[in-house]
Amino acid sequence: MNALLHHAPVLLVAVPLLGAFAVPLLGKLGANVRRGFVGLIVLLTTAIAGYLAASFYAADASPIVYVLGGRLPLPSGMVAPIRIMFEVDGLSVFMILITALAALAAVLYTSSYWKQRSGGTLKDSLMLLLIVGIFGMEMTGDLFNFFVFLEITSIAACSLVGFRVWRGQSQEAAFKVMTLYTLSGLFVLLAVGLLYGQYGGLNIAYLATMVGSGAAVVDKIALALLLTGLAMKAGAVPMHMWAPDAYGEAPGAASIVLVANSQASLYGLFRVLFTLYGNAYSPQTIAWILIALAVVTIIVGVTMALVQRDIKRLIAFGAVSQIGYMMLAVGVGFAAMTALEPSSFGFVALQGGLFHMINDAACIGLLFLAAGIIIRRAGTRDLQGMGGLAHEMRWTTAFFMIGAFALAGMPPLNGFASKLMIYESTFKFSPVLAIIAILASILLLAVFLRAFQAAFLGPQPEGANASQSVPASMLVSMGLLALVVIAFGLFPGFFVDKIVTPAANALWNGRDAYIQAVMLGMGG
Amino acid sequence: MILGQMPFVVSALLVIVGLYALLFKRNLIKMVIGVSIIETGVNLFLVTVGYRTGGQAPIYTYSDPVAFRVLPTPQALTLTSIVIGLATTALLLSFVVFIHRHYQTLDAQKIKELKG
Repeated sequence: MNALLHHAPVLLVAVPLLGAFAVPLLGKLGANVRRGFVGLIVLLTTAIAGYLAASFYAADASPIVYVLGGRLPLPSGMVAPIRIMFEVDGLSVFMILITALAALAAVLYTSSYWKQRSGGTLKDSLMLLLIVGIFGMEMTGDLFNFFVFLEITSIAACSLVGFRVWRGQSQEAAFKVMTLYTLSGLFVLLAVGLLYGQYGGLNIAYLATMVGSGAAVVDKIALALLLTGLAMKAGAVPMHMWAPDAYGEAPGAASIVLVANSQASLYGLFRVLFTLYGNAYSPQTIAWILIALAVVTIIVGVTMALVQRDIKRLIAFGAVSQIGYMMLAVGVGFAAMTALEPSSFGFVALQGGLFHMINDAACIGLLFLAAGIIIRRAGTRDLQGMGGLAHEMRWTTAFFMIGAFALAGMPPLNGFASKLMIYESTFKFSPVLAIIAILASILLLAVFLRAFQAAFLGPQPEGANASQSVPASMLVSMGLLALVVIAFGLFPGFFVDKIVTPAANALWNGRDAYIQAVMLGMGG
Repeated sequence: MILGQMPFVVSALLVIVGLYALLFKRNLIKMVIGVSIIETGVNLFLVTVGYRTGGQAPIYTYSDPVAFRVLPTPQALTLTSIVIGLATTALLLSFVVFIHRHYQTLDAQKIKELKG
């Protein structure tokens, strides 16, 4: 194993972290230097992520363990894994790819977004910090470390939400989001404390071997706290109120990274459920709780999107409903996996749910980026005050349409590919759930057609500022996402095989491999 | 025995008091105080988890070589968590300052531009 590959996991965190703190310094040299530097850092990070993923898939897709500050076992021969470590398995690599895609699109988009306004330095810095936190959450093999990265994302994300201090609403949204994020972080911390008190370790793999051997009450309380905290931060109903505020008020490009952030919390939830606890405690009940939450999330997200007039809040509620689809699919997968006779449709459900994550990041991201341009051009966020944008903005119109159709699950775009897998598998599990999911999807299509019609068709309202042309970097950024949307829609089989299946395998039967990668390396 | 459990009870009480403040107080500053109290409760819990009666600080230089030492991990966790708590509280308070600047009030009921 070469040195670069060996250190890739830690570089993925270290490079943007260094970048985040160097940005304010380089910002003194001028805006162009800063933008170039941020672009360089993100390209480098994406390259490392791509390299890590490529070599991970080229090898036998077994978990990579990276121990910080030394090696295992300890010189003293102690057996419990007490060092901080990163552990990268199929699911982590998959999440890293999503985050890298979102980061690349966001930074490309911002490279011209803030030309007229000040404060770009801070925003770039916060964006890089947010990326650091998300990568960290997705790779860490240590529960306390997970909490630290969770808090890094919370602080960076809320600063981005409240970035526009000249808007009262953005401060209100930021306060709301920060309160909820802090609360969810404290729930996670309390659970970490409980598990540490019980088993004297913080390593996820180590805890996974121990769960069930101590007091069941403590384990269950910790599980409940972890699930509540992470579902809250992922934006599942009934704790979804923060999500539309956050996505709606954050600057255009930040919204897409915030979506990746919510997905990282969802990743944490899956990790806790599948790897840490497995089927230790009444998995069927937990799966049904997850499914129930998911269904309510889908319904609430879509119905709330119906009544929105603010274009960003409309998309944000669409994003909330998509989190529901992922939870539904993974809940069904968990139920099928832990049933007395595991059924193969559970694996398809997991594949569908995970595939939907990357598809959602691409098409919701595309919509948020397009909305940013629409708002800038129309000078308002209110759908009633817009119109006729299709006359001058052909590319943006096309990209918005691709994003909206993909999100609503129209063939041949990527949303259709993953939603079909979700419908198929959910139907075998329970037809009612599949029907609700399909109906919600149709409603979502109606929602986005209305938004599309209001913003792009019809006459232009008076006083619209038509002078600004859309910067090329924004079009390139949206083009990148649109390419992903179309490619994943046209060749779903290829991408499912290459990147989704290893991730689904990590959930389906990867628990032992995840544990052994650490525990066998210990000689314990 | 019951005395040994007291720190756990106190930290649970602190968490509950903080949650109460967060959920039922209308003043934004009081909500921030609520968050801060929950943090204190959790930190106290972490410290309590790491406490061992008669244990010594895990510093090799001056301690008795055969002494019964405590594991430093919970203290390290608590320190980290305190630092994070400071950052979140500061950030929350700065949002409160800006909210007050925009709306001239700290009453959560009166600041409701974002709905549904």
